Amino acid sequence: MKRLVPLWLTAIAGIVMIVSYFIPWAQGLGEVFSIWFDILAGIAFILGGGNLLQIHLKKVSDKGAGWGYSVILLVCFMTTLFVGLGKIGVHPSPQFPDESWSGVYNQSGGPFWFLYEYAFKPLTATMFAMLAFYIASAAFRAFRAKNIEAILLLGTAFIILLGRTYAGVWLTGWISDEGPFRGLRTENLSEYIMQVFNKTGTRAIIIGIALGIASTSLKVILGVDRSYLGSGED
Amino acid sequence: MLDLFIIVLAAALVLMLLALTVTAVAAFRFPQATHFVKDLDRRWIFVLMFLAVAIPLLYQLTFPEEPTSLAITVFEEIEKLEPGDKVLMAWDYDPASEGELGPMATAFTFHCATKGLKLYYMTIFSPIGPQMIDDAINNVLKTEFPHYEYGVDYVNLGYKPGYEGVVKVIVSDLKELYTTDHYGTSTRDIPMMKDVRSVQQMDLIVNVSAGYAGTKEWVLFATTPYPENIKMVAGTTGVMAPGMYPYIPDQLLGLLAAIKGAAEYEELVMSAYGSDDLGLAYRKGQLRMGPQLIAHVLIIILIIIANIIYFAEKRRGAA
Amino acid sequence: MKKQSLTGSLLLALLATTLVAAKAPAPPANVTAIDHERWDNGTRLDVSWDLSPDDTAGVAHYQVYFSTEPDGDFEWVGRAMAGQTMLTIPDLATGQNYWFEVAAVGADGSASPLRRSAEGVQPTRQAFDGYRLWFVLTVAIFCGAVVYFIRSAKGGKPLKIRKIAGLEAVDEAVGRATEMGRSVLFIPGILDMNDIQTIAGINILARVSKTAAAYGAKIEVPTSRSLVMTAARETVHNAFLQAGRPDAYNDSLIYYVTDEQFGYVAYVQGMMVREKPAACFYMGAFFAESLILAETGNSIGAIQIAGTAMPAQLPFFVAACDYTLIGEEFFAASAYLTGSPEELGSLKGQDVGKLIVAAEVIGGVGVLSLATIILHFSPQSPLGLALMKAVTFFKDVVLT
Repeated sequence: MKRLVPLWLTAIAGIVMIVSYFIPWAQGLGEVFSIWFDILAGIAFILGGGNLLQIHLKKVSDKGAGWGYSVILLVCFMTTLFVGLGKIGVHPSPQFPDESWSGVYNQSGGPFWFLYEYAFKPLTATMFAMLAFYIASAAFRAFRAKNIEAILLLGTAFIILLGRTYAGVWLTGWISDEGPFRGLRTENLSEYIMQVFNKTGTRAIIIGIALGIASTSLKVILGVDRSYLGSGED
Repeated sequence: MLDLFIIVLAAALVLMLLALTVTAVAAFRFPQATHFVKDLDRRWIFVLMFLAVAIPLLYQLTFPEEPTSLAITVFEEIEKLEPGDKVLMAWDYDPASEGELGPMATAFTFHCATKGLKLYYMTIFSPIGPQMIDDAINNVLKTEFPHYEYGVDYVNLGYKPGYEGVVKVIVSDLKELYTTDHYGTSTRDIPMMKDVRSVQQMDLIVNVSAGYAGTKEWVLFATTPYPENIKMVAGTTGVMAPGMYPYIPDQLLGLLAAIKGAAEYEELVMSAYGSDDLGLAYRKGQLRMGPQLIAHVLIIILIIIANIIYFAEKRRGAA
Repeated sequence: MKKQSLTGSLLLALLATTLVAAKAPAPPANVTAIDHERWDNGTRLDVSWDLSPDDTAGVAHYQVYFSTEPDGDFEWVGRAMAGQTMLTIPDLATGQNYWFEVAAVGADGSASPLRRSAEGVQPTRQAFDGYRLWFVLTVAIFCGAVVYFIRSAKGGKPLKIRKIAGLEAVDEAVGRATEMGRSVLFIPGILDMNDIQTIAGINILARVSKTAAAYGAKIEVPTSRSLVMTAARETVHNAFLQAGRPDAYNDSLIYYVTDEQFGYVAYVQGMMVREKPAACFYMGAFFAESLILAETGNSIGAIQIAGTAMPAQLPFFVAACDYTLIGEEFFAASAYLTGSPEELGSLKGQDVGKLIVAAEVIGGVGVLSLATIILHFSPQSPLGLALMKAVTFFKDVVLT
């Protein structure tokens, strides 16, 4: 029973979504189900937030490994929550000057905006910027010309790396842009690789993925694949 | 600048050849040296990358940009528009990708405002998206185009949750979802929203995208079902760009890929409409190409060094 | 003198008006609107009119306007070329009355007077959206193939599936973690349960946690979404029950971190560097954080197995991980690991879908190439025109 009800719910919801796509009066159902999911996910924030507090409070009280980081997390979490929810330091909106909570929570100059502008924004930009360092170390460690395919890959990588900068333009600038060999200019070569080889490969992968998604979805709807419920067996 | 760039490129080439020669000699003559390089702490590579990025940035090293066909297409699509035409600016990115996408967003806003177009800003990417819109408005519109009036020439519709669900609704009815703008004003009270029924009445969509939801969702649910009425150009991160090529040119008219695309587009816009007064504020993409060039050369050097060592060890192992 | 110049001006004005009036074409007649003739979703009307008498001599196109009130503001909605007598207007509201006006426009932009439809017409919703007929046939063929092969596999027909190295290594990875006394880290992606990649990732988690339970290894699952945390807890708990180790299950090892992408990866990265898991599984939807996770895992010496259907992230995983499941392999993982005949049968059905796509690509490209070549040498060739018409029909109707 514990697994039968979710299985039936999945099957009914899945089949209704598929059929509704073709039946005009039911075509809005897909959006309705998406909105229901968004509501569920929104309420689940409370669950997640509660779990976060529980885990890290326990770590602090037990003085487990890395408990200092938990303290920082808890302070930042509560501060942002308090400042954002309470609209601390936010001036009322000009349309409703008498209502103290009518201003936008992230009003420019307010404490929440300050946290976003001087803490959140630099931190996320820093995390994204770290990719540059990691790609260099990955390239040094992993890119070896072990076989023909690897050699082709490295050659292509060099062309694209140079073609996406002025170095490539400078290196092959002596080739005439109007002659029969203009395709050998690095920037043209890299564009050709992106427009032909990359496009083909990407299309093939996308088609395969789409078929995989359709097949997996069908398995879930028909109840063939039940691992997401906790087990593949009854 | 041209002289400095020649010097830098020549120096980079000499250094590269030197490094490779030293590595080749060391790899085949001194096995201990290869072990040292092979087991090199990755933090040395991080330091090299830091220097490769920081030095060009500090010296504001820029290089000439030759726009490619895709950037020229994007530029020309906006050039075709007449003053008063409506452009939907779908800014689907966040602070993490501001480095790559900020310059092209700035250039798009500058170009469209110079043409006197009506700008409708919105985002479906994340709740932080409206901040990026505010940045564009504050840094470009309020600074260079003080005559641009909110509600008449530009509007910030803000963020709506629902990802592609939002796109599906607004292609037929924009006001069903956007009953107010980002600041709480009813869209029925905003002059430039009065005759806007749906996204199909926009003359062009300019999408700047960092991931999901973004360009792909606009292509799937806006330009593909309505190819006659909805036209779009986009700017994406470098990682996303290869996945967008299959949609060019039918569903996506043009594409700016990463900071290179931004730099090319800036070159086009500044050549057409720029002036010396603007300084480097609208050439941030070109400024960031300096580090990109040096970083790319560094990565090539690292790969070649690693392969020299690999082949030297393989040869020693075979012997 | 004044009188004469006034008369002259009036005559001039009359002549100018006559000349101007002569330029604008005559209006169309008999503007009517009916519900769209094809079965649709109730958002289309067909507007038709009789051609302007000047249609072949002066009319460039017809402009169509609509309003929801008979005397309200009319808004431009479409354009038809000269010679056309009908235009389908899409994206209308079901159940709403519409009135239409049509004007003939000359090459110089001069427009005829507008002619209005007499009665308001409502788009009617049919029981089936005929514009999706080809799509329903395609779905039926694909789903039919999957169901057929599932049933035939259930009937005992043996099915062969090629080795997938990444999945063969799951037991090895968990075993390595057990030997080293370190944990197994499993990351089910950063999207929510409504994404099929997350479900596929949770399916693999079931198998990995069952192996971990059997070997006595600790498995940690930090999640980026609350609902994924709930589903993962259920999955891991059941896996431990199945392995006969319910006592070893610890739900505090499956926890929520944050929805924010880089906040999540910052936490996981720090946790990996501090706790040094011996085996890392990245199974689900990833974005920019894929390389950060994979490189960090590499730096701590973990064995890494990744699987994702995000084409942009595959190169990073391939470069940095020991094994990578690419796209379809990731979705096939659940079938591969369980070995269940029904699930293996669905893979075969998937292959039928691929065959159909391949046939369409080869056939379509071949026919289009042939048509182009024929028409290049003989522009009016009936064969060439027929082939081109077939390709256009396939592209604009079947594939749309």
